[in-house]
Amino acid sequence: MSKMKYLLMSFLMLMSFFITNAQDKVEMADTMRSNGRIYVVVVVVLVILIGLFLYLLRLDRKISRMEKEK
Amino acid sequence: MRKTWWKILCVILLIYTFIAGLLTDVPRLPALSETIRNLYFHVCMWFCMMILFTASVVYAIKYLRSNKLVHDIYSRQFAVVGIVFGVLGYATGAVWMSYTWADPNNNSFQSFSAVAREPKLIGAAIALLIYFAYMILRDSIPDMDKRARVSAVYNIFAFALLFPTIWIIPRLLPSLHPGGENGNPALDFKDIDNNMRIVFYPAVIGWTLLGVWIVSLKIRLQLLKEKSLLQ
Repeated sequence: MSKMKYLLMSFLMLMSFFITNAQDKVEMADTMRSNGRIYVVVVVVLVILIGLFLYLLRLDRKISRMEKEK
Repeated sequence: MRKTWWKILCVILLIYTFIAGLLTDVPRLPALSETIRNLYFHVCMWFCMMILFTASVVYAIKYLRSNKLVHDIYSRQFAVVGIVFGVLGYATGAVWMSYTWADPNNNSFQSFSAVAREPKLIGAAIALLIYFAYMILRDSIPDMDKRARVSAVYNIFAFALLFPTIWIIPRLLPSLHPGGENGNPALDFKDIDNNMRIVFYPAVIGWTLLGVWIVSLKIRLQLLKEKSLLQ
């Protein structure tokens, strides 16, 4: 199990290296920096929205568990 | 998790609203410019509030017909979340208004006195205050059955007052706020750009489903509480 985690982590690290590498080659021309950087706002808003959804989901699960216990 | 399909629909619709709402092209009108995107957020708050208050009054009538306390719990929770959405609509409207209506040549205090005379704002404030009074009235009556009956009757009164305060009087008076003399804002087919409609309608459904989701959680929690009280 932990071996799998290590593999996954190292794979992710490798991926992040590739991503940063790509940014070095094409300077300031990726999607996140185009169009007045509106995509940055979109990502920030989506992070907040998804965070709120996860919170609601957790509440929902908790209440379901309480209902089962009764 | 119960009945998950509409919760998934809510998540998908709202994510779509935020992405498309920020990225699709909108017509640029003078003064409004890009802020018209607030249509997907500010206006949806009021739609959601209206739908939740309607559900609340339906359950209030159901309680009066059946005398089942479950209906009273439903009615209360719908009203509470409706108030939350109303306050959010008011707050977002305040921000939007201060950058589109306020006169840039006047100091902000002077333009505030003009803005504060808006019949739509006063109407919405009165409507929300009536619902605040509903919560206070409820919580001040200790007896369960009496509280349920009195607040159900008051709920019908509050809902009836929504119509003059936010639907009728603002339409009779001139206002900076769109809609009114020439019909419904946002719903009028001549009023809203076609491209905006394909984001606006899903946005209304998504926000309303979010409100209903929160209401359903609050109802289930309240039912659990009442059960432990009764046993």
